[in-house]
Amino acid sequence: MKNHPNKSKLPAWLKKPLLYAAAVAVWVLVWYLAARRIGEELLLPRPGAVVRRLAELTVTAGFRRVVLTSLGRIAAGMVIGVTTGCLLALLTHFVPPLYTLFHPVITVIRSTPVASFIILIYLWIGRDLLPGFVSVLLVLPVVWANLHEALGAVDPDLLEMARLFRLPLRKRITRVYLPSVMPSFMAACRTSVGLSWKAGIAAEVLVVPALSIGRHLADAKLYMETVDLFAWTLAVVLLSLLLELTITLLFSRFEKRRGQRTERSAHE
Amino acid sequence: MNDLIFEHASLSFGVRDVLRDFSLTVPAGGRCVLMGASGSGKTSILRLAAGLMKPTSGRVLGTPPDNLFSMQFQEPRLLPWLTAEENVNLVLSDSKTTLPQARIWLSRVGLADACGLYPAQLSGGMQQRVALCRALAAPHDVLLLDEPFRGLDSGTRAQTMALVADFVSGRLTGCEPKTLLLVTHDAEEANFFTDTPVVIA
Repeated sequence: MKNHPNKSKLPAWLKKPLLYAAAVAVWVLVWYLAARRIGEELLLPRPGAVVRRLAELTVTAGFRRVVLTSLGRIAAGMVIGVTTGCLLALLTHFVPPLYTLFHPVITVIRSTPVASFIILIYLWIGRDLLPGFVSVLLVLPVVWANLHEALGAVDPDLLEMARLFRLPLRKRITRVYLPSVMPSFMAACRTSVGLSWKAGIAAEVLVVPALSIGRHLADAKLYMETVDLFAWTLAVVLLSLLLELTITLLFSRFEKRRGQRTERSAHE
Repeated sequence: MNDLIFEHASLSFGVRDVLRDFSLTVPAGGRCVLMGASGSGKTSILRLAAGLMKPTSGRVLGTPPDNLFSMQFQEPRLLPWLTAEENVNLVLSDSKTTLPQARIWLSRVGLADACGLYPAQLSGGMQQRVALCRALAAPHDVLLLDEPFRGLDSGTRAQTMALVADFVSGRLTGCEPKTLLLVTHDAEEANFFTDTPVVIA
């Protein structure tokens, strides 16, 4: 009797996106049915109206500027947060007294409500830099904690082997440390990117910087323009997906480059 | 290359004595085989020699930087994200002239076809042979082997033992003989490398 391990005729690479699209379609249908049932655009607009409004917004002159400014501000905060988190993790791993010094600060940052930070930073540095700063404060502790833990978990047997064979520092970093900590680092980045994007937009809503998605969300709330509120929210969701995709691509390229490099050295 | 000398070396972890008043001299280029029951401190002697641990009392001479050391640990300690060939390459300098050596070493232990495989794709015995290749390929004066032939089938074991013997004597490479400190439980292996194995009580 013949075996049919793959009964579906769909290629494997297409299966996952199709299933994902089907799940999204189900929830859009639920949204549509709920909006039709309520029948009041002010409370819950229909998906079609929101998508149309977003399409209208995207062709306006200010939309791209607003989106790019918000994105740039918060993404800069993420980059600074990741970089500082990495440096701090290296310092606290290799100089243990610094761990004792920094641990309470990081714990305070992690446990303080984002709203408290938003108010404090608003008082200290004003509204324009605030969303980026909030982003730094959300990313930094996550990256630091994950990387610090990952550095501590590097197999001591492998480190001893590296020491015995007198591996140069470059090889210890690229062949032992980096591959050991990369999975934790990538997980930390993926988690913190989503968090900081949402918190950055929330900060914009509260302090309404001149060019920002948050200002448009706040205006939509003020003037009871629910369709606009949904359209801007949809833009935020789509940009969040874009950020996640960028991170995934960035890491997959890193993995690929590492693979190519090791392959090259093996055949030289 | 210097002699490797243990002078009344003792080692203890807390209240537990691992090694007590151990003295031994292995002349440069000489061979020494350590035998003894499990837990008698054989591996600790290798670690003391390599400078990975300090004796609690007494002293060990000829440790790094007086000698260059290479070691096959009891467990393979291969980097899981590198292939067999890359694991051997790891201990070689990155020049184009040294890189083919990894393939040559792997083919000497019957692993020519396994160059591109990752440790997870290799059996325990194959991983052990890759680790042996890494130890032999690394530049060194003193070779420390901790039960290097454990778990190998008799044919492969005989072939690998002959390779190690040829290597340390300098017949294989045409270089000066290397100092060898080998740990084993097997009397046949011990007698293959020396007439007078040191038995640790």
